[in-house]
Amino acid sequence: MIIELLTALPSAAPHIEGYVYPNEQTLLWSVLIVIYPYITGLVAGAFILASLVRVFRVSELEPAYRLSLLTALAFLLVAPLPLLFHLGHPERCYEPVITPHLSSPMAMFGFVYAWYIMAVLLLELWFDYRKDLVEWSKKERGVRAWIYRLLTVGVHDVSEPALQLDARMAKAITIIGIPSAFLLHGYVGFIFGSIKANPWWGNPLMPIIFIFSAVVSGIALCVFIYLILNRLRGLPQDIDCLDAMGKFLFLALVIDASLEALDWVHRLYAAEESIHVLKSLAAGKLFYSLLVVQVCMGTFVPLVLLGSIQLFRKRIAEGVRRWTYFGCSVLILVGVLAMRWNVVIGGQLFSKSLRGFTAYKFELAGQEGWLVALFLLLLPFLILAVFIRYFLPLKTDAGVHPLTELPDHKAV
Amino acid sequence: MKSPPTPAHVQPLNRRRWLAVLGSSLAGLFSLVPSRRAEGGGRERQKEAAMPDGYDPTRHRWLMALDINRCIGCALCVAACKTENKVPPEPTYFRTWIERYIIRKPGPGSGELRGSTIVDSPNGGRDGFPPSAIPRDQILRSFFVPKLCNLCEQSPCTQACPVGATFQAPDGVVLVDPHYCIGCGFCIQSCPYGCRFLNPNTRTAEKCTLCYHRITRGLKPACVEVCPGGARIFGDAMHPLPDDPLSEFVAKNKVQTLKPYLGTGPRVLYAGMDKEVR
Repeated sequence: MIIELLTALPSAAPHIEGYVYPNEQTLLWSVLIVIYPYITGLVAGAFILASLVRVFRVSELEPAYRLSLLTALAFLLVAPLPLLFHLGHPERCYEPVITPHLSSPMAMFGFVYAWYIMAVLLLELWFDYRKDLVEWSKKERGVRAWIYRLLTVGVHDVSEPALQLDARMAKAITIIGIPSAFLLHGYVGFIFGSIKANPWWGNPLMPIIFIFSAVVSGIALCVFIYLILNRLRGLPQDIDCLDAMGKFLFLALVIDASLEALDWVHRLYAAEESIHVLKSLAAGKLFYSLLVVQVCMGTFVPLVLLGSIQLFRKRIAEGVRRWTYFGCSVLILVGVLAMRWNVVIGGQLFSKSLRGFTAYKFELAGQEGWLVALFLLLLPFLILAVFIRYFLPLKTDAGVHPLTELPDHKAV
Repeated sequence: MKSPPTPAHVQPLNRRRWLAVLGSSLAGLFSLVPSRRAEGGGRERQKEAAMPDGYDPTRHRWLMALDINRCIGCALCVAACKTENKVPPEPTYFRTWIERYIIRKPGPGSGELRGSTIVDSPNGGRDGFPPSAIPRDQILRSFFVPKLCNLCEQSPCTQACPVGATFQAPDGVVLVDPHYCIGCGFCIQSCPYGCRFLNPNTRTAEKCTLCYHRITRGLKPACVEVCPGGARIFGDAMHPLPDDPLSEFVAKNKVQTLKPYLGTGPRVLYAGMDKEVR
């Protein structure tokens, strides 16, 4: 029926098909709001991967433990920036924290963020690194030593009981951190899921779908960075670690894909008022980003490839597995970005009158343009490079490579 | 947390103290900072919304009703609103607008009583409506529907605002404080009726205020003032006049609201509504 409506009347504005409420013709949330949930999702996912080592004692993942935590921190530092740049009045950004309106999920951002970065991530990193910071602050010279000394915040005790306490604290924080990571990203899902005005968004599954797509994207990011980093440093790839990451990536992807499929099955079966416009949206404006990139390239292909590795691991050569993991991680990273796009932009492409579509206008420069978005997507990698330089040194004085060195808690 | 066996030196105390400092700073952030609650200062903000001295918002309950059968689609209301409230002419932002609904005759043998529905609102109807491209003899019926803020009882926009910059005044009008709004757009996404927009000049959310600067001075909203067909009926539900048009309207018509299933409790009433109106 919608198709008939769309062709029935050529609209005055060229980018409008059918009828759209006048105030909806220009998209309000742009590409910056696409990358905001993408980045927080990567943070949550990377943290969940690290927690597998700490809490669930998946020892194969230890070589990627610190890398995952540093990745989470690098992306978390950038997470508020797209929100800030998007605000109509960025100079009032402190208002939601100073005078939060408690019925608004968005008012919780500052608190969830502060909790996650200060009570979880920084604290866990500090306890994990404390021994090394003390050692490095003694061995290194110049700015490096100064930085390490500053980060010890004056605590130089590396006695055995103190280290045991560190390990216990780090574990406790990780246990708090898992629900916190879920909260961080589930909250982002709730921002969209709570908008009942929009049938594409208002959905109780939204926070859960966001959490699992976050886990998927975060693990994929760690696989990607781990492979690239070892290649750049000329180090051998730890295939056991990669296999373990691949296994968890596959499991998370199965849950994620099932949830998204459930969402669509429910929508199609319940066939509420909005189903016609949503079907037209998926088959039309979102055809490439949803069906091709997100579903086929970003979900189906990695599911088949990673699933095959789970089934036939022993028969597949190491090199092939490595390349498969690399390819899947890239596909998943692109696929989840497409998923964020489909949610955020897709939800604004159709009118709440359910009678028509507007279009997204590509903006290159400008406050909410693609250049800013691209910069914000690359910035965490730059920050991570600095972190790696300072906190994952290639060789310590003892000649041990920290990437393969077991974390301190191993003693516990 | 079990404390470790204390060694001879006092270093663990050092760390403990540091943890205590961290803990108390976090506690401070989470408990002390929100002490200034967003709901406060409502009256001050109403003053900024040009409320005159002596006006008591608790003694009124403003409401608008629309009689679809009386709307002729002249859209004088749209023009008056834009002028009165300095609504940006471009792009297509409106505090109130008019929609034209055209219902086609059914195809022969289709088994339907009505054909498809076509809706348009060129420039919000401000420049009037051009003749439809559909030939007259194919049109079953057509009508105009004025739209504006629905003054919801459970307004999702005020619920969503992260700072409480938009709020419902005691007199039922939903207002926005432009000096407080951070321009996040969450309220705009939350409105099921598309009644809000981000003013490109002020970069804050904007919406129909029922011409708050006028109604608090005993005047009618600009759109009501100029409506030649009497399609817009405005009044005070708390103090209805003896020959109050609003009371008469409610007594004589079966009234409906827009999208009642969303539970937003819209207070703006429509008479003569068709099932196609969303």
